[in-house]
Order: sequence, then C-alpha cells, then structure tokens
Amino acid sequence: MDCVVTGGNVKVLAKAIHSLSRIGDELYVEPQEDGLALRSVNSSRSAYACFLFAPLFFSRYTVHSGHTFRCKMAIKSVQAVFRSLASLEKTVEKCHIELDDQNNRLTFTLHCKHGLMKTHNLSFQDSESLQAVFDKDSYANVFRSNPRLLVDTVMHFPPSLEEVTVSVSDERMWVRNHVEEEGDQSKAMLTELCLASDEFDHFAVQAHNSVTFCLKELRGLLVFAESTGLPMSMYFDEPGSPVVLSVTDSVLEGNFVLATLSDDSNHRKKNNSRGAHTLPPPPPDDFMNDDIDSYLIAMDTSVAPGPSATGPPTPQLADSICSKQTAAASHRTRLHSEEEEEDKTTDSGRPPNKKFCSLFFGSVLPPSPQMSTQPVSSQQVLASDSEDDVQ
Amino acid sequence: MKFRGKILDIACLNHFTRVITTISKLTKTCVLRLTPDNLFFVLSGKVANGGVSMWCELSQANFFDEYQMEGVSPEDNEICLEVTPENLSRALKTLQNAKAVKVKLTKKHCPCLTIAAELPTLSSINRVVTHDVPVDVIPRRLWNEFKEPSMPDFDVSIYLPPLKTLKNIVDRMKNLSNFLVMEANLSGEMNLKIETDLVSVTTHFKDLGNPPWGDEASQDGGPSQSRDPEDMAQARVDIRKLQQFLMGQQVNPSKAMCNIVHERVVHLILLHEDVSLQYFIPAVA
Repeated sequence: MDCVVTGGNVKVLAKAIHSLSRIGDELYVEPQEDGLALRSVNSSRSAYACFLFAPLFFSRYTVHSGHTFRCKMAIKSVQAVFRSLASLEKTVEKCHIELDDQNNRLTFTLHCKHGLMKTHNLSFQDSESLQAVFDKDSYANVFRSNPRLLVDTVMHFPPSLEEVTVSVSDERMWVRNHVEEEGDQSKAMLTELCLASDEFDHFAVQAHNSVTFCLKELRGLLVFAESTGLPMSMYFDEPGSPVVLSVTDSVLEGNFVLATLSDDSNHRKKNNSRGAHTLPPPPPDDFMNDDIDSYLIAMDTSVAPGPSATGPPTPQLADSICSKQTAAASHRTRLHSEEEEEDKTTDSGRPPNKKFCSLFFGSVLPPSPQMSTQPVSSQQVLASDSEDDVQ
Repeated sequence: MKFRGKILDIACLNHFTRVITTISKLTKTCVLRLTPDNLFFVLSGKVANGGVSMWCELSQANFFDEYQMEGVSPEDNEICLEVTPENLSRALKTLQNAKAVKVKLTKKHCPCLTIAAELPTLSSINRVVTHDVPVDVIPRRLWNEFKEPSMPDFDVSIYLPPLKTLKNIVDRMKNLSNFLVMEANLSGEMNLKIETDLVSVTTHFKDLGNPPWGDEASQDGGPSQSRDPEDMAQARVDIRKLQQFLMGQQVNPSKAMCNIVHERVVHLILLHEDVSLQYFIPAVA
C-alpha cells in the first residue's frame, strides 16, 4: 500500500481517526481496491464504525492487487500522528502512508511547511477482516439532516449521559435521555426534545418505534460530520436491532453501527413513551397551551389540615384539597408513581434485561472485495477478530 | 400549589441563568422559596454545609414576563422546594437563544420544575425542549428553617475591593494555608492574612470605604459608632469557602460588601440592582 493525502483531506482523515477512537482501542486498516477502509469496534462489540476513503480521496493510491493486506494497531498511536488538529491544517501539506514490508511497519510521513518532515513508524498486528453486516436499504425508518441539527440536539444532554432514546411518529422525532434504574428516576433530570419532520432533509417513517442507543458514538460521528459539513443519515428499525448512522460523500463513506437496547427491556420503556407522548398526542402548539390547572401538585398535608382547609380557600384550591386529601394523606405527591408501580409489578415477571445485544460475532471472512464495505443483504451478522467468540 | 413563570426577554434569561449558575457554584442543593413577588434561594447554615449559609433574593418582576403562583394556602402563599441548582443551571444554559422559556411546577414521576423552551428553527414549527428537574416539596412545618437570616450585629462593615483581585489573592493564599484571616476596620482598611509555621503573608487594602448603614443597623445604640476607627475586627475562615464564593461569581455586582462580626462570622453581600446575594462564612478558632 502506498497512498498520499494532501491539503484539507489530511484533516478529514485525522478527524475520521479521532471519531473512530471514540469507538474502540484498535484501528483496523485494510487497503482495498475500492479504497482505504479504516474500522473500529468496541470491546463489548456493541458498536462498530467504518470509514471508506475512495481512491479519489487520495492524490495517489496504489494497492498491490492479488496480495491482500490487513492489519490492526493501537488507535492511540495513530491518533498521536495527527495529534494537534488545529495545527495540522496550518502546517501539514501532505501525508504519505506507506507499508514498509521489510520492517513490518506502517509508515506515516507528514510533510510540513518549511520542509519539515515528521515520520512515524507504527508497528501493527495482522488481523482478520472486520465487518458488520447491515443493509441500509432495508431499514424502515430513515432520516437525513444537516449535522448541525443533531449537534444542537445532543447539546441539551449532559456529557455524562450514556444513552438516549429516539422515538418517531409520522411528523416528529423525540429525543430524550434514557434513565436506567427506576430508583434513579426520582433524582435524575429528564430532558426531552421534539424535532419536527421538516427540520430534516429527509424524514421517512414506516414503523413508529423507539430505540435506545449510546450517545458517545453518536457524538463521535457528529464531530466528524460537523467538521466536514456532510449531512448525516440515521437508519433504524425496532428495539434490539442496530441503528446505523452514516455520512456519505463522493469520495468517502462513514458508517457507525450501534446496538440498541433489546425489546425485552425496551418494551416497557416503549409503553411508557407511548403513554407519555403518543396516547395524548401533544398538540402542535403545546408550548403555548397553558392550562395552569394541569400543573397542579398535590397539597402538602404535613400541617394539620384543619386551619388550611377551613380557611377561605379559592374554589380552585378547595377542589384541589378535596381531590388530594384521600390520595395524598400520608405520601405527598406520590399519586402518580403508585400507578406506575402497579404497572411495574405486573411487568416484573420478566427478568430485567438491560443488555445491549452484541452485534458482531467472530468469524473469518473470505477476503472478497465486495464483502468488505458494501452492505451485504444477508441477515447473517459477521465480523471477525482473532478470537472466535461465537455468540 | 401552582407555579408558572415565563421569560421572553433574552437578557433576562441570560441574567437569570447567571444568577443560578453562581448559586450552583456555591452549593449542591438549596431551597427555592417562591412568593408572589420574589424568588429566594436559601441555604441554611447546617453543619453538613460546613456552617455556611446563603440567601439570594430575586424580584420576580425583573425576570419574568408572566408569573403566576398559588401557595400552599392563602395565608401561607408560598412554595418551598428543595432544588439542585446545578440541574437548573445546566438546563438553562442550553436555552440561551430560546424565544421563550417557561418554568413551571409539574407532577411527573415526581414533583419537578419543568423548564420548557421554544427554540428558533429554520422550519415552520419550533423546536421544543423540556427539562424535568426533580425537586422535593418542603412541608410547611420545616419552613421556619428557611427564613431570612437576620443581619448579624457586625463590628465592621466595609466595601470589598474588586472581586477579581480578591480572587487572585485568595487563590494564591490557598496554596499556602487552609485558613485565612479577614480583618477590617472603620477607616476603610482591610487585610487578608495567612499564617503558617513557615510563612506569614498579608495583603493590605486601603481606602475601601465603609458603607453607611444608618440607624437601623447600628444596633443597641451602635457599638460600631463608639468603635475606634483604627481597631480591626477579624475572623478566621476556611479559605475554601471564601474561594468558592469568589470563584462562582457571575453576577457582576454593583456593590460588594463585607460585614465582620469579630471572631464569629464573615457576612458577604453582593448587590446588583434586582438581585441580592448574601453569604455567611462562620469563623473558626
């Protein structure tokens, strides 16, 4: 392999490596006929990411046909080559990536201004091909938007938040934070954002589902999408089946495949979300509708009820006292949560299943060029690594 | 109990956010008291808080375009909530370009202050964000813990030097010692001192001026008036508490004052038109 990246594309390559570093610790490098593939997978194999840079992305791109080469290396060492993204743009004129057969090294040479040259010789391990199988065309729900929309969306969630739940209807998308333990719920801040379909470039919904997936990887790809200004697409079906995030350009393609919480655990969540959002369909101008009575909180009854109840309350207040007196006699403001608890007990027959399904199973893939980055239509899910951890 | 407020003006929103962010730097949890005219953020000086107490008073009319509340009862027309200012601050910070922000008391999975905002978009429909910040409703029998602290019978009251200067000095002193002695007199002088076995450092300020408190403040015939103007009143305080107060400052006060009760307490007051923030740091022996 011998390839040269020049100008602004060096930064694009660097950004891609940085967003891959959000996924896993190792970078899988595979020079193919149709371009250079860079991939990564996380340790629990619930997230997979792949960038394919077409030969046209490079100012020179040669692979030795007939002799396939694949390797993996620590992503940290590759990141170190492109350490400072800010100075990269100003100083680096071209980047030369070459396989040094004799020493078994992958050589990154940065040609900087003023004739400065930085060479990094990185050691690597041979590896099998890493490939998740997914077919973007088969997904029921497809969205595409400017990355800015999603950047503005995730901005509302705290950096510590791990997972978000995305629900869709024909016209809207709701994004909210996923709170894992019921016990935590009372303390956790819940954030919800509603996006209208016309904020998207493309909004196609066939299945009114909600899926829960990790925010970290989404943020990772967003950094890339935002810096390159490429529109970002999102594909998903149902809880438990992976969500695909992708950016595409004429010379590059990036796909992030993320596991979603499986149906079992999501079922209830989904019901909840139904209850919360779809059953009483939020009127479009919900924001402006302000019936203050609907925001009534149960009376605090810790003071002897006598004086406050016999006082001259306004009619509304009297109402509220009557309605709450029975329910909120001892437990303040727990009315609603009791109902919820009932739901839970009926549901609790199921073992709590909060696990993400692993997407990828170890297997050796024949080195066929079509298999490598093209979406494969079979339902079999493949990926490979040195260890054979078949599910 | 009902509460609903709406902020339309972006400058008000900004200001409100800054006040809450300042409070979030001072304490993890505090009590929000809502009355028909004011919002109060209160931290009572319990041992768990390190004896520090706080009182922040906002006039609702200066922030909210609409403000409706109905307290527990007509006689006790107040609402008292325990809140995490950090959550409120985080929610508000992401809404700085909102067209309108509503804050309301709601009952979701638990009592919440719901902050809902309408964000501008390119599309015809606005983007709506809601943050449900869980709160605890404080029962009326505990309300008396959250009354306004009475002005301590101070020995010396003095205007503070620019807070930024103060912060820089305290930050440096923090590296040398855990305790700092604040002392001031009635002729506009204030000293910040640290003393350890190895080093003594003092920063002197002069010509700071002493606020005229009038008759009502000079308690019991005014011990402060009979006081020798050169005589220093001092208090030794935990330097971290003072640092915390200076660090979180986002209010840009028009007046900053400090009252010292000799060897008892340091009472810091920030005034900014419609906002007043008081912070009490107990002296340690």
